[in-house]
Amino acid sequence: MLDLSVSSLFAILVSAILVNNFVLSRFLGICPFLGVSKQVETAFGMGMAVTFVMSLASIITFVVQNYILNPLGLQYMQTIMFILVIASLVQLVEMVIQKTSPALYQSLGVFLPLITTNCAVLGLTILNIQENYNIVETIVHAIGAAVGFSLAIVLFAAIREKLEIANVPEPFKGFPIALLTAGLMSLAFLGFSGLV
Amino acid sequence: MNMGNIVKNGIVRENPVFIQFLGMCPVLAVTGTATNGLGMGLATTAVLLGSNTVIALMKNFIPTKIRIPSFIVVIATFVTMIGMIMNAYLPDLYNALGIFIPLIVVNCLILGRAESFASKNPTSSSIVDGISMGLGFTLALVVLGGVRELFGSGSIFGVDLLGEAYPAMGIMIQPPGAFLALGLLTALFNVVILKRIK
Repeated sequence: MLDLSVSSLFAILVSAILVNNFVLSRFLGICPFLGVSKQVETAFGMGMAVTFVMSLASIITFVVQNYILNPLGLQYMQTIMFILVIASLVQLVEMVIQKTSPALYQSLGVFLPLITTNCAVLGLTILNIQENYNIVETIVHAIGAAVGFSLAIVLFAAIREKLEIANVPEPFKGFPIALLTAGLMSLAFLGFSGLV
Repeated sequence: MNMGNIVKNGIVRENPVFIQFLGMCPVLAVTGTATNGLGMGLATTAVLLGSNTVIALMKNFIPTKIRIPSFIVVIATFVTMIGMIMNAYLPDLYNALGIFIPLIVVNCLILGRAESFASKNPTSSSIVDGISMGLGFTLALVVLGGVRELFGSGSIFGVDLLGEAYPAMGIMIQPPGAFLALGLLTALFNVVILKRIK
């Protein structure tokens, strides 16, 4: 039976966005988080692309797991099947963005194909299966994860834009200061634990 | 290419973590203890060795256009194998690393080496490259895990070093500690390198 109680769905959503934020507390999707976060606009575009891929990938992998792998007893093929689904989806999204918004395509550049190797997407699909979510919970969890990812990367980009003009000690320039910033953000998000 | 150079590149000069910033997710996520860092590092090394070997052997048969999906399938196969082996023989470590075992598939380090090294070089140097990059990655994970465990629980590899009186900084083994420790370690790494350049 589908369990559709609103409160449990809301708990999943809030937990995925704030408490177990994919980037800042689960450490999924760190590469794009550090790589595409120099400008708010690009970060937002990346967030949207990831949101789209995450939602579709969650639904498709749910079907693959429950209607192909489980009945055939092929659970050990999970990793291989899921990554293939995600890789094909990313290819599709890339073609769509290239046709509809060349400007966005330009700015996302090399990181678009890299969504394939964004562990947030594969991680999300595996977590969905591990947590035994039904289809509705899966979709809600995907939306929560995607919003959490976008929130983190946009906030981080906004801070990094300010950091550009700050006077940072030589050894801390670049990645170290970015990591410390992310650490402080993670500390702030730790404050949400206990919310759900 | 000289084998010694490949080893040096993998472990120090192009260290996957401190220089190239590749595969950051497991680096940050599983380094709450030095033991987990070591386990993750060795698992990644095993996958990297397997995928580099197979891809170097097959580089002439893989069409350029579909090379990335082909690489990913090879990598995913090795990850599945390593996952099953760990589940059978090291169940505690397998459970501690959890979701990050299947996620070795999307470790950019492995795909990066396949694309930039194994698909262009002979099998022998690809094997050496896989092992050295893997060890460089393991080294970074153990150092970071050791630092976090030392400050966070006063021990390294589960051995109590600082005694009962040490007020453990719990934050270091929680998520923020991962970012802070890696940020500070990278800055330290930079200080050493900057000094050497001067």
